[in-house]
Amino acid sequence: MNHDFEKDISGCGLTGIISKKRKKLDGSFIKKSLCLMNDRGNGLGAGYAAYGIYPEFEDFYAFHVMYDYDTSRVEAEEFLRENYLVEKIEEIPTTKVKTIVINPLLLRYFVKPKKDRLAAGANEDDFVVKTVMKVNSEIEGAYIFSSGKNMGAFKGVGNPLDIADFYGIEEYSGYIWTGHTRFPTNTPGWWGGAHPFTLLDWSIVHNGEISSYGINKRYLEMYGYKLTLLTDTEVVAYTLDLLIRSHGLDVKTACSVLAAPFWKDIDKLPDGEREAYTALRLAYGSALLNGPFSILFGHGKGLVGLNDRIKLRPLVIGEKDDLVFMASEESAIREICKNPDNVWAPRAGEAVIVDLEG
Amino acid sequence: MFKSLALPEYLATIDTDKCIRCKRCIQNCGWSVYSWGGDRVLIDTNKCVKCLRCYHYCPTEAIQILDNPVRYRNNAYWGFHNIRNIKRQAETGGMPLTGMGSDMPYPVLFDKLLLDACQVTNPSIDPLREPMELRTYLGKKPSDVRVERGKDGKLKLKTKLAPQIKLASPFMFSPMSFGSISLNAQKVLAMAAKECGIVMNTGEGGLHEDLLPFKSNIMVQVASGRFGVNPDYLNAGVAVEIKIGQGAKPGIGGHLPGEKIPLEVAKTRMIPVGTDALSPAPQHDIYSIEDLRQLIYAIKEATNYTKPVSVKIAAVHNVAPIASGIVRAGADIVYIDGFRGGTGAAPSIIRDHLGIPIEHAIAAVDDRLRQEGIRNEASIVAAGGIRSSADAAKAIALGADAVAIGTSALVTMGCTVCGKCYTGNCSWGITTQRPELTARLDPEVFAERLINLVHSWEHELKEILGALGVNAVESLRGSRERLRGIGLDTQTLDILGVKPAGR
Repeated sequence: MNHDFEKDISGCGLTGIISKKRKKLDGSFIKKSLCLMNDRGNGLGAGYAAYGIYPEFEDFYAFHVMYDYDTSRVEAEEFLRENYLVEKIEEIPTTKVKTIVINPLLLRYFVKPKKDRLAAGANEDDFVVKTVMKVNSEIEGAYIFSSGKNMGAFKGVGNPLDIADFYGIEEYSGYIWTGHTRFPTNTPGWWGGAHPFTLLDWSIVHNGEISSYGINKRYLEMYGYKLTLLTDTEVVAYTLDLLIRSHGLDVKTACSVLAAPFWKDIDKLPDGEREAYTALRLAYGSALLNGPFSILFGHGKGLVGLNDRIKLRPLVIGEKDDLVFMASEESAIREICKNPDNVWAPRAGEAVIVDLEG
Repeated sequence: MFKSLALPEYLATIDTDKCIRCKRCIQNCGWSVYSWGGDRVLIDTNKCVKCLRCYHYCPTEAIQILDNPVRYRNNAYWGFHNIRNIKRQAETGGMPLTGMGSDMPYPVLFDKLLLDACQVTNPSIDPLREPMELRTYLGKKPSDVRVERGKDGKLKLKTKLAPQIKLASPFMFSPMSFGSISLNAQKVLAMAAKECGIVMNTGEGGLHEDLLPFKSNIMVQVASGRFGVNPDYLNAGVAVEIKIGQGAKPGIGGHLPGEKIPLEVAKTRMIPVGTDALSPAPQHDIYSIEDLRQLIYAIKEATNYTKPVSVKIAAVHNVAPIASGIVRAGADIVYIDGFRGGTGAAPSIIRDHLGIPIEHAIAAVDDRLRQEGIRNEASIVAAGGIRSSADAAKAIALGADAVAIGTSALVTMGCTVCGKCYTGNCSWGITTQRPELTARLDPEVFAERLINLVHSWEHELKEILGALGVNAVESLRGSRERLRGIGLDTQTLDILGVKPAGR
């Protein structure tokens, strides 16, 4: 069994913005907000995710891939060409930044699964998930770090400012943004270990250490997920994928699995709801994320903020017109929105769900 | 009769200066070690089992029970019990019997596993200030739950749940039959189970009517002797258990001698007074896994699919595929009893040499069920030598849903683990049917002590969870990442799925 691993541990700062009316914001806002929280990271990892950035390829999965070696690229591309229609391949544009001395080869592919490669009844999303699992666990030095449609993650080892400049974050325009700065206390130096962590159009930024990681990992492995990154964030992403995409729970219900209500509160609910929440806890006890966390997860239709069940990590929400801000610190919101209409801290385990309009 | 050449194990002594000739030792000893010699107490030390009843009831502390200082010549290979057993076998031609779990010095894996705790990067949680959840449900869980959100935003459950046993904490009492233990001892278990919100298990002795008020906290057992089994019995409790094997005597049946079958036991077991109650080694309608399936479903039919069915097996070498088969046969709970598990009576040779430790068994079964994608189909109950809440926590971290405790529960009633349960002379009134002995065990008094034990373990388990930084027991269940091994070889670590300390 796969038990002899060293888990990644880190503290962090996170921030996110969504325009409910899908108004595009360039990357300067998220960059400014995140850079204010520089002291929540230690320069060993930062990243951004943006939605709505590839409108001209919105029907294609945008794979962002890191390669450690040229041979990894050859092998991965052979696999991709075999299974996918490849619309476009290009290097992800980057700029030299003084502090970033070494970086992996970074490419992006706009692809669609070949019809004849899909098993009968299988859908494209499942196929993409399998591809990501296979490439990341089996092709040495290749790592797909973004695989959604009309969205992308940009991340690496560096502080928020350097990573933003390296990728030219300000050049992209999106209606949902998340950003993350990292304070790893072990295994620094791997670009894939930075956040956001993504799968399909899920992107997760996460602050915290999931104390239940061991069982969460084993639970997901039973459903065929391969946990190669050994980060809590990976667990969050795959759990959401399982609950929402495979098991068909809505976002709110999925959040009540990750940060399950206490039995004392479930017991007080009227019969119908009590049964439902009891069943969720019975079936998904091993998916409960126990321990401190605040997470933001973006998806094709919105942005969600969630705290652990006793709020051991900070999360603040701000609202201004159709914009909603979610961040580790209120200052990160006020840095880019001087006078929000409303600022509040969600309660422990309370999911803040913001959907795009239309 | 010749004098046995098997050395007595213990040396019972009375300090005649301290002794006030009150004769309480004579009255208290169930083994007749003491008798009255006219002016002083006489001692037959050959009968002494060191249960210490006399010691505790001697008002002047005149009694000392020593390990017999006379031993066979020291020999690192031919131990005292090897030589003594041969002598006993030579004299009787019988199999030396024993009670309780094996006391052989096999490695104890629980003592080579350490739990984690939080420092800095993740906070520990204070169970005195924050909720800490131990509630556990045993039974088949759906792999996914379908819910519907109504117009009012409320969730409605669409998946039908299989029946569950609700436990306030991940503890239960191991099966111990009326016959093997006294009715008063069963009452202690039942009263404590009710108060603690957990369950006791009838064992295969049927259900005495005095226990009916506690039926919401009772699991009934069906074993090879089928004692006391009828439709009312099957429907009486919260679950039904099919006993295939017992950790202390895997592959061996049971034999409750006629002397231990007075009227009440006979009535409860539905057998004549004074007849031996024989439980065959296998169940005579189960010679294969498909037969087990039929019995599971016969019981489910008889209980109208309202009770989870548990299957109890001994931890043996191939426990993982066996457990997998049991789950696929339809069991809702797999109860695994490790080789250290207790017994009322078993041949020593069986108890001490068959089976495997519960720690290996939990890990192997949990792994196998996960590999096959059926871990949710059944709960795992681990038993067989759970001595403390730490053992329980480690068993849960290895993958058990709950642990069952037998010996620990009996110790609260006075048991000193002397291991002579099979004699029926238990001076503490636990493993005996002699009315003058059973009367000593006041159910009310000793239920209180057992309740104290369970609550104490709950507090300890909450402290452990808090130190681990989690506030629900399901976050410890199967979380082997929170365990580290010390002094274990690589292969054992691999089987347990646990890293060595320092990694």
